[in-house]
Amino acid sequence: MYEDSYARAGDLSAAIDALVTTPSAESLEAARAAWLDARVPYQQSEVFRFGNPLVDDWEGRVNAWPLDEGLIDYVDPSYGQQSDANPLYTVNVISNTAPLINGAEIDAGEINAALLTDVLHEAGSIEANVATGYHAIEFLLWGQDLNGTAEGAGDRPASDFATGDACTGGNCERRIAYLQAATQLLLDDLDEMVGLWGSDGAARKRLVDDPVAGVNAMISGMGSLSYGELAGERMKLGLVLHDPEEEHDCFSDNTHNSHYYNQIGIANVYWGEYERIDGTTVKGASLSGLAADELPALAAELDTAIGAATDALTALKQRGDGVEAYDQMIGEGNAEGQQTIEVAVDALVAQTQPLEQLVAALELGSVYIEGSDSLDDPSAVFQ
Amino acid sequence: MNRTLAAAAIIVAAVAALLLLGKRTADAPSVDETQYAWRDDLTAEQRLRVAQVTAAPNDWSVAQPFEENAGGATTTRAMNSPNAFSQPSENLSLEGRQQFALGNALFRKIWVTSPASTQASDGLGPLYNARACQRCHLKDGRGHPPEHPGDEATSLLLRVAIEPRNDTERKAIEDGELLTIPDRVYGGQIQDVAVPGVVAEGKVLLSYDEAPFALAGGESVTLRAPTFLLGDLGYGPLEQGALVSPRIAPAMIGLGLLEAVDANDILAWADPDDADGDGISGRAQMVRAGGDEEWVLGRFGWKAAAPSLKAQAAGAFFNDMGISSSLHPVAAGECTDAQSDCLAAPSGVQDALGPYEASDEVLDLVTFYTANLAVPARRDVDSPSVLAGKQLFTEAGCAACHRPSFVTRNDAPQEELRFQLIWPYTDMLLHDMGEALSSGRTVGKANGREWRTTPLWGLGLTEAVSGHEQLLHDGRARNVLEAILWHGGEATDARNAIVEMDPAEREALLAFLYSL
Repeated sequence: MYEDSYARAGDLSAAIDALVTTPSAESLEAARAAWLDARVPYQQSEVFRFGNPLVDDWEGRVNAWPLDEGLIDYVDPSYGQQSDANPLYTVNVISNTAPLINGAEIDAGEINAALLTDVLHEAGSIEANVATGYHAIEFLLWGQDLNGTAEGAGDRPASDFATGDACTGGNCERRIAYLQAATQLLLDDLDEMVGLWGSDGAARKRLVDDPVAGVNAMISGMGSLSYGELAGERMKLGLVLHDPEEEHDCFSDNTHNSHYYNQIGIANVYWGEYERIDGTTVKGASLSGLAADELPALAAELDTAIGAATDALTALKQRGDGVEAYDQMIGEGNAEGQQTIEVAVDALVAQTQPLEQLVAALELGSVYIEGSDSLDDPSAVFQ
Repeated sequence: MNRTLAAAAIIVAAVAALLLLGKRTADAPSVDETQYAWRDDLTAEQRLRVAQVTAAPNDWSVAQPFEENAGGATTTRAMNSPNAFSQPSENLSLEGRQQFALGNALFRKIWVTSPASTQASDGLGPLYNARACQRCHLKDGRGHPPEHPGDEATSLLLRVAIEPRNDTERKAIEDGELLTIPDRVYGGQIQDVAVPGVVAEGKVLLSYDEAPFALAGGESVTLRAPTFLLGDLGYGPLEQGALVSPRIAPAMIGLGLLEAVDANDILAWADPDDADGDGISGRAQMVRAGGDEEWVLGRFGWKAAAPSLKAQAAGAFFNDMGISSSLHPVAAGECTDAQSDCLAAPSGVQDALGPYEASDEVLDLVTFYTANLAVPARRDVDSPSVLAGKQLFTEAGCAACHRPSFVTRNDAPQEELRFQLIWPYTDMLLHDMGEALSSGRTVGKANGREWRTTPLWGLGLTEAVSGHEQLLHDGRARNVLEAILWHGGEATDARNAIVEMDPAEREALLAFLYSL
């Protein structure tokens, strides 16, 4: 999946090079399509994040969200000119060569990878200062979605990447530099992750060297993504608040796909199968096989629950593709839209119950507690 | 082998066995079996175990069992990254993890001015210090004082109070009706930002005076003493006798565990009149929460004025962001009768969403989040210098207030926090820290010089999380050693013991503190 993510990020990089060479509605559309395609394998890989510290530590650079877009580029006046919540709210580094961070002026004369990662990303320890990753690129390709919970995504014109007099939005060359630097960083980060999962890679070794820890990591990754991250933070909160900010891919209105491919990733781990971007299938020993051999009744329950969650997320994806965008679904008073999301939330939660039973039945210990049971050991847990 | 030799061999073996036995007994500290008699949540056998695991070690050359996991089974791995304080309790169920994730999202959520299209998100202010919890609790770690002229003060705020002036005011504080005497116009806290159409109360002005401090062995440290002033006063001068005092946002880890500590475990350690003559008093903050007639132990905040995490969270929503909740029902936030524009500004209450700007669901999720930010595991607990430092820490008297360990209640409301052996290094009591650190004003049972002992767990990861080590209530200390040197009052002897250590001993002491 990381190889595919890297390959698709390469395609995205090429499409962005074409966009900045010849900015036009067509080349912008092609770059946006490449971004959407790039999300497909990446979102499936997110299941590896939880339970794998190496991935979790790395993830913030690549997929951090939500993002205060005013840090990066121009925003609509209705966004507010200042926010104490984030003094860098409308720093607009693309037009500002010397912004202030904690009251000190920083040199942003040249936009490059070092500026993005070392200075701007999480500047002032504020988590919404997301300067790198998929969502920063998404904002530069789409612009703000000013439609609230009504129809429509971001609508940045291609001329924001034009040179000379044709440039709109100002500072097109700095915008291009930002977009290309962020894309190159994404490629570098994904390349690093491909290495970590290679035959001698640390992430692979960690799972393979201790099979019990490995199976634990698989199940805790599925469970944590499904229950807490996806059903909770990314979906349920939007239902509570009806706020279009509570949308994961908010500039491109791609949230339904983003959620759907998370679930496909969860199912992939269970079935031990992954359909690559070239259409071939990678297959291996699976959790479903292990469960079927050891605990056939529980395996049947898992098959059903994971199938049901996939169906519910498929319905969400179909609604997003054919009827209305995710931010419209969470709009206040949209009962049918919210119902679609609620069904998905319930199915995501439901599939974690048999997963927890699987952990107990396989006698893997708690999914979350690691440590020695020797009481003389300072790292033992008092019980 | 002749008989004598054989007999000698037997004796040697017997002595060795005795020595082994002796060592074995020495490992389990002898304890008073009547300790923890008040713990009605424990069996007699459990009480004995608790007394043993919380007793000081007999052998300082080895790490104590369980001490690496500072938060018991909730302990998370130590990450050398800004996310080290942002992990959920390790033993949380998936359902708990979802609540944590929702609370985390609300903790980051930016509140907006009323009226707004996103009705569930409005209600900010009218007077406020910050628009999101995370804006002060940066990376769930410590805040910092303003760094440059013109910098935002957000993660540090000013409280304002007047020392009681007459019997009525003294009685109001003694009876627990008020924690402090507020300023008639500005209230109990300075909000340095306001929504459009309302004037902010003022700006934090900060300057430092530096002075050298000599240590044994020829070392010298420069300490900076801050002066906080209030500028751009929006509503005229402060009332006569009103004094501002800074408070920095503290680290957020392990708070649910501290809430689950038995109040009597804390009260039993108090020695208000220093009956044991060790120079350390230790007084409990007692408050009457929300009109409750019962006095309860205050636990959270610099003056331990909040009895629970929910009270602390609701207080922060109200005072720092101007968001009402069931515990602070006034939508206008902390504006006084003298601030009419503030009172007249639109509120964020919508009938359809309930009577408060933050619903009980929102308050409960945020409270759950703050209860479950996990304490990272300690590093290098076996290292000889860390172990030597731990012994020096105790011998210097630090552990008299920075109490190493507790075992939480076995019937704590949240299952994951029950019966955990924890190592917070705080006694949760108020201590006189001397005039240099005084806030100058009474808060409940705390006089100006008294502050609650700050937990030390996670201390060594401060730099990784925050990119600085600005410690104490106003961030004046720039590292752990400076923070130690600012200790006065009851802590003077302990501080002097550290000043007089030779540099190698001081280095070991710091190695221990950075392993926390």
